[in-house]
Amino acid sequence: MLKTVFTSTALATALLLSPALQAATPSDALVQASRFDDIISLDPAEMYEISTFEVATNAYDKLVAYDLDDTSKIVPQLAESWEVSEDGKTFTFTLRDDVTFHSGNAFTAEDVVYTFARLAALDVGPSFLIHDLGITPDNHEDVLKAVNERTFEMTLSEAFAPSFVLNVLSGGNFSIVDSALLEEQAIEGDWGNGWLKNNTAGSGPFQLDQMVPNDRIIMSRFDDYWDGAAELGRLMWRHVEEPATQRLLLEQGDVDVARNLLADQLEPLRAEGTLQFVEATLGTQLYMGLNVSHEPLDDVRVRQALKYLVDYEGMVETFMRDAWIVNQTFLPQGMLGHVDSEPFSYDPERAKELLAEAGYEDGFSLSINVATNQERMDTAQAVQASFASAGIELEILPSDSRTALTTYRAREHDIYLGTWGIDYFDPNTNAVFVANEDNSPEAAANPLTWRNAWQEEELTERVKDLALERDEAARDEGYQALIEEWQEVSPFIMLFQQVAIAAVRPEVEGFRLAPTNDGNRHHRVSKD
Amino acid sequence: MTERSLAAPPRLLGTRLTRRIRSLGGLLASLALTFLGLLCITFLIGRIIPIDPALAIVGDRAPAHVYERVREELGLNLPLWQQFFIYVGQVLRGDFGTSVLTGRPVLEDIARVFPATLELATLGILIGVIFGVPMGVVAAVHRDRWPDQLVRVIGLVGYSVPIFWLGLVGLLVFYAKLGWVGGSGRLDFFHEGIAPSVTGMILIDAAIAGEWDVFRNALHHIVLPAALLGYFSLAYISRMTRSLMLEQLNQEYITTARVKGVSEARVIWVHALRNILVPLITVVALSYASLLEGSVLTETVFAWPGLGRYLTNALLAADMAAVLGATIVVGLVFVGVNLLSDLLYRLVDPRAR
Amino acid sequence: MSETLSTAGWRAWLLSERPQSALQARLGQAWLSWNAFQRNRLAMLGLALILLLVLVAAFAPWISPYEPNVQNLRLRLQPPGAAHWLGTDELGRDILSRIIHGARITLYIVTLVVVIAAPIGLLVGTVAGYFGGWVDAVLMRLTDIFLAFPRLILALAFVAALGPGIDNAVIAIAITAWPAYARVARAETLTLRRSDFIAAVRIQGAGAFRIIGRHIMPLCLPSVIVRVTLDMAGIILTAAGLGFLGLGAQPPAPEWGAMISTGRAYLLDQWWVATIPGLAICLVSLGFNLLGDGLRDLLDPKRRGG
Repeated sequence: MLKTVFTSTALATALLLSPALQAATPSDALVQASRFDDIISLDPAEMYEISTFEVATNAYDKLVAYDLDDTSKIVPQLAESWEVSEDGKTFTFTLRDDVTFHSGNAFTAEDVVYTFARLAALDVGPSFLIHDLGITPDNHEDVLKAVNERTFEMTLSEAFAPSFVLNVLSGGNFSIVDSALLEEQAIEGDWGNGWLKNNTAGSGPFQLDQMVPNDRIIMSRFDDYWDGAAELGRLMWRHVEEPATQRLLLEQGDVDVARNLLADQLEPLRAEGTLQFVEATLGTQLYMGLNVSHEPLDDVRVRQALKYLVDYEGMVETFMRDAWIVNQTFLPQGMLGHVDSEPFSYDPERAKELLAEAGYEDGFSLSINVATNQERMDTAQAVQASFASAGIELEILPSDSRTALTTYRAREHDIYLGTWGIDYFDPNTNAVFVANEDNSPEAAANPLTWRNAWQEEELTERVKDLALERDEAARDEGYQALIEEWQEVSPFIMLFQQVAIAAVRPEVEGFRLAPTNDGNRHHRVSKD
Repeated sequence: MTERSLAAPPRLLGTRLTRRIRSLGGLLASLALTFLGLLCITFLIGRIIPIDPALAIVGDRAPAHVYERVREELGLNLPLWQQFFIYVGQVLRGDFGTSVLTGRPVLEDIARVFPATLELATLGILIGVIFGVPMGVVAAVHRDRWPDQLVRVIGLVGYSVPIFWLGLVGLLVFYAKLGWVGGSGRLDFFHEGIAPSVTGMILIDAAIAGEWDVFRNALHHIVLPAALLGYFSLAYISRMTRSLMLEQLNQEYITTARVKGVSEARVIWVHALRNILVPLITVVALSYASLLEGSVLTETVFAWPGLGRYLTNALLAADMAAVLGATIVVGLVFVGVNLLSDLLYRLVDPRAR
Repeated sequence: MSETLSTAGWRAWLLSERPQSALQARLGQAWLSWNAFQRNRLAMLGLALILLLVLVAAFAPWISPYEPNVQNLRLRLQPPGAAHWLGTDELGRDILSRIIHGARITLYIVTLVVVIAAPIGLLVGTVAGYFGGWVDAVLMRLTDIFLAFPRLILALAFVAALGPGIDNAVIAIAITAWPAYARVARAETLTLRRSDFIAAVRIQGAGAFRIIGRHIMPLCLPSVIVRVTLDMAGIILTAAGLGFLGLGAQPPAPEWGAMISTGRAYLLDQWWVATIPGLAICLVSLGFNLLGDGLRDLLDPKRRGG
């Protein structure tokens, strides 16, 4: 059969084509191969999919941003400076006066009020971020004030830790939108949401030219950017599902950057020695959630035993190498409150003892819900093999990620293997691993603890208090102490933290990766 | 499906023949019914899939009240039959709804993905016909001798190879190792958006715009997947041509023509071939239809942004507006091909009138 | 010497012009068919491939050099060599052993699909063909609906609805397979319905279902069997396609399509991981196709006459 394909293809090639073109990307554009089939809406108030944030951060500015060199620090963006009142509730921001939006409209404090009010009032998925600060659809008019063109003020319901508030505001959902333009585009009080789903209205270094779902995104330079126009004229992303295909495109010079290569693709490329490799430790963690409403996972000794039945090192040394590092806490490395605490290692003997104590020396069987993705399936199979060493039979139930998530949220799983990414660079974003205020089936909030039907009231209170701790050192220590207690009892087997690696062609200069897509701006990237 | 339907046996034709005897009105009515049934089944499947469509819209972290509101907006609280009637009503008014996955109107999405499939399928079927018909004729003429066996093996191998695997191997050899063809996707990135989209088929758009670099690049990309699809339709077409030809070669008029001294080549390539033209067109139309309905696996392997992949992605995300919209296209292709081959039959074959 | 004689004796008995019993007649007929079939070298090759598949599946635990699911992360992605004839995969499992055990899964899927789909198709087709009228119209509309939809997508939809897994894949494939058999059975029934012998049976007072079950179904069987055999390759490919898309057999089951799917990440540097299961699928479905093709030639009256 190969012969026929060969002849027909060869014939077609000979008849119709000249020799293949030598591929090269244009000199004023950065072309990236990545996966962005998760993008649904580009509206900053509505977006929650990881890829969208990279588009947004190139199109929009925020009041403040986290510092790429020290992620625990906040740096100014559209706000020049800020002050917190003595009672800790009122935040006053002084804004830049040299900023224009892509539309040509000038940026003022009204745009900030509009952006925040919009996020609160639309009441969409990410609106909880601002609701958590006490700004709601009902009170935003009283709470948010444009004192004058250059001064924005907001008064919160509680005296939150200032680091927490600023970290929240550095998230992409707080990207400042062009209020005048959106008012023009608004239909029936939708705050311009319908239009903004597929367009941008920002002041960032690039503006959106074209966005074809699951195919391509093209942005072009905004010449009047307040912080100096970008080096390159265009940013392009091409959706390429397969890591192997991304590697091919990169090698053939069809793209400048490949974003989703796995260790097995990276190794031969590294050996070749011509490409650059850019890394960043991400705020995304891979974990297993154990549903404690399913026997025998309700027994804390069984949960501990399972934590000893995972070959953490074996995985990161082999198929998970490069792209993942071991992290057994609920906070990513580099975040306030994180501590290098790794009490668990693969120890079947210890696990068997714990199981015997709990009365399960003969083992039992469980199932695990996994999204069909190469790394997760490999992980699930490795866990399946290591669980078997203590007589635990693990059935793998692979499915589309949305199906797995639906099962998880319905609390129908035994074990769920999945990732959790941070919303903003503050430890409170991962309180979902600790706090559970209402464990009833009809609870209004479904944090990860709720999904696994696990509730520890004492830990819940402590983690809530830590969001209000205004002394940063005390806050740091508080989380560290919490983590060590939590590791013993929690229904989470924290496996790995993700490391993003971009393979970059040699002619590209200044390409960086940040821990979240909020930091992946490319206006300083240039090409030889 | 492409991978499979091509393997439909010659027997299918027989039942088609009996169907043609029915009146055109009856045919139309039954096609309309099939179409409605198709929608109905798709709708049901979509609702059984254990995926929560509201979740795809609000995201994993939305609070319960937001989630509930979106469920209501989607009409997910209504009984199934009511949801279905609302949907059909909307479609009749030309409103296909908005895709959850892309956040765009379904019609816009389909207008984008269908030309990609159309382009690939058309080139594929052309390759299939150009190689398949002569192979079938040669096999029939040399029945049971080595050319026949060769054609048979080539055809059977076509039914036996997993298309996704052959696609992968093809990419490895012709793109990665030899660099003869373009990689996955329809164009290299920097050729994207140069030729203005008129038909959505890049080869034609590029030709209209006179952008021959873009044309060549598009050709580089399409040639491998089209050759693969072509091979699979070739397998079916050559075998059907062979059996249709065999029937003809036993007929009296062939013997008469030979006796009259008409050259053997003319007897075969003109007299006999002309007489199998009508059923042959039906055969080709059938394989064309199955290619048009989108080849999920080929499109997956080659990252081809076509209908098959769109439908699959939508299905796996319970993106019902998109699934139903794509199903309507599939149904239209089915109805169209049936109608077309029927009309053709009536036009050419006096016995069917 | 005596052996040849006795063989000749058997042949004479089988080919007797005047068979003494129905059994002798039937066996004689089978013998003739077998002789004709034997002359078709391609079909014999197909039969050999299928027999090989069955044998490999039956003796999998004894002939496979390793356990198919035992991982050795330190020996992952080894090229074919002395220790692992066909290399190892991304979790360090022996590919040869996985291929051998995968034969069982393939055989399981094919058998089960046929067992479910063929009777349904036969029943629907014969009933529709025999009764005609509105029964026929309804049933044929139903089959049309299923045939109108791309088969892999339909199977995919059912798997998505039922949940992934080998048994659900079997059900989904069976749901998409029966309409083709129904068409074949109906076409056969239409020609049989007006035949004299059915009329004779009817006059004797046999009920419709008795006629269908006792007289029509058995006569439709050969063409359905041929269709099913030709379809088996398709079933294998659909199952592999589902596996490839991650919706077929669940890991760690060594299903060939799923093996290709995981192997494609390593195609550039470790070609064997994806290539070998692909070849296995090719060989087996080619086997079924060659066999089916031979059977069709055998049962096709046109060819038999000529």
